[in-house]
Amino acid sequence: MKTLKFILVGFVFGIVLTKSEAVSWYRIYEMFLFQSFHMYGIIMTAIITGVIGIQLIKRKKINDIAGNPIEIQDKEKGTFRYWIGGLIFGLGWALVGTCPGPIFILMGSGFMSVGLILIGAVFGTFIYGVVKDRLPH
Amino acid sequence: MSLLSQTWHWSISGFIIGLIMLALIYFGKVFGMSSNLRSLCSMTGVGKRVPFFDWDWKSQLWNLAVVFGAMIGGYVAVQYLSDPTNVALSNETLSQLSGFHIDLPNGKLLPETLFGNQIFHPSLQGDLAKQSFRAIFILIFGGILVGFGSRYAGGCTSGHAISGLSNFQMPSLKAVIGFFIGGLIMVHLIFPLIF
Repeated sequence: MKTLKFILVGFVFGIVLTKSEAVSWYRIYEMFLFQSFHMYGIIMTAIITGVIGIQLIKRKKINDIAGNPIEIQDKEKGTFRYWIGGLIFGLGWALVGTCPGPIFILMGSGFMSVGLILIGAVFGTFIYGVVKDRLPH
Repeated sequence: MSLLSQTWHWSISGFIIGLIMLALIYFGKVFGMSSNLRSLCSMTGVGKRVPFFDWDWKSQLWNLAVVFGAMIGGYVAVQYLSDPTNVALSNETLSQLSGFHIDLPNGKLLPETLFGNQIFHPSLQGDLAKQSFRAIFILIFGGILVGFGSRYAGGCTSGHAISGLSNFQMPSLKAVIGFFIGGLIMVHLIFPLIF
C-alpha cells in the first residue's frame, strides 16, 4: 500500500503528461517558438494550483499523511548554478524535447530511441557528480 | 472514450499536475523527477568512487515507484488513448517544421526523423546513414545536457518550474529563466544550423 500510492500518482502523471502532449517534442518546439499558448497554459495552471495548495497547507497547518507537520524546504541559495545549470538544461530540453519526467514516460510508451536520451541523461548526471566541486555554484 | 483520447485541455492538465505535486507533499515527499537520474547513477555502485553518488538513494525508492507508474501511464495513454487528431500544432509551427524537413505530427507525439527506429538500422548508406548518425548524436548529446543541467541547477521542470515557483523560491525563478533562455537559444539560433 505504501508503494502503491506512489505508483498510482506516477500512473496519473504519465497519462496527463502524455494526453496533454507535454511529452511531445513538437509541443516543446512550438512553445519555444511562442506559437501556441498550450504549454504555457499547462505550466501556469499547475503553478497556480500549487500556490493555492501550498498556501492552504501553510495557513491551515495541515499535517502530512503520517500526521507530521508539513515543512517544505527552501531551495539552496545560489546564483551561478541556477542561471548556468538552467541554461544548459534548457538547451537540452529544446533539443530533444524531453525533460526528465517525459524521458521515463516515453520509454514506458515504447519509444526505444528515447533510451538514448536516458543514457545521455544518466551520463550527464554522472559528469556533474564528478566535476561538481570544480564548478561555481 | 473520445473525451479521454482527444488532446487534454491545458487547464485540466495543469490542474492535475498541480494536484500531483500537492499529493506528493501530502505524502511527505517532494515532486522532482531529475533526482531519479542521480538514483540510477548511484545504483551502479559508482558512489564508492564519486562522493556525490554516495548518498541514501534507497530513501528515494518511492520516487522510482512514481517513475514506474509514470511509465505504465505513458504506455496506457499511447496504446489505448491515442487519436489521429492529437498534437494539433499551430500552422506557423507546421510550416517551420516542413522547412527543416522534419515530418509533421499527424497524431504522433515524436517526429520519425529524430525518434524513428530506422535510426538504429545498421545497413543504411549515404544520406540516410548520415541522418541516423545525426539523430543518435542529437539524442545522446541532448540527454547529457538535460542530465548535467538539471543536476547543476538542482532540479528540472517539475522540481523548479512547478514545485519551486509554487513555493515562491527565488533560486527556482532563476533556474526557470535559465531554462527558457537555453531553450530559445536552441530553437532560434541552433536549430537553423543543424536542421
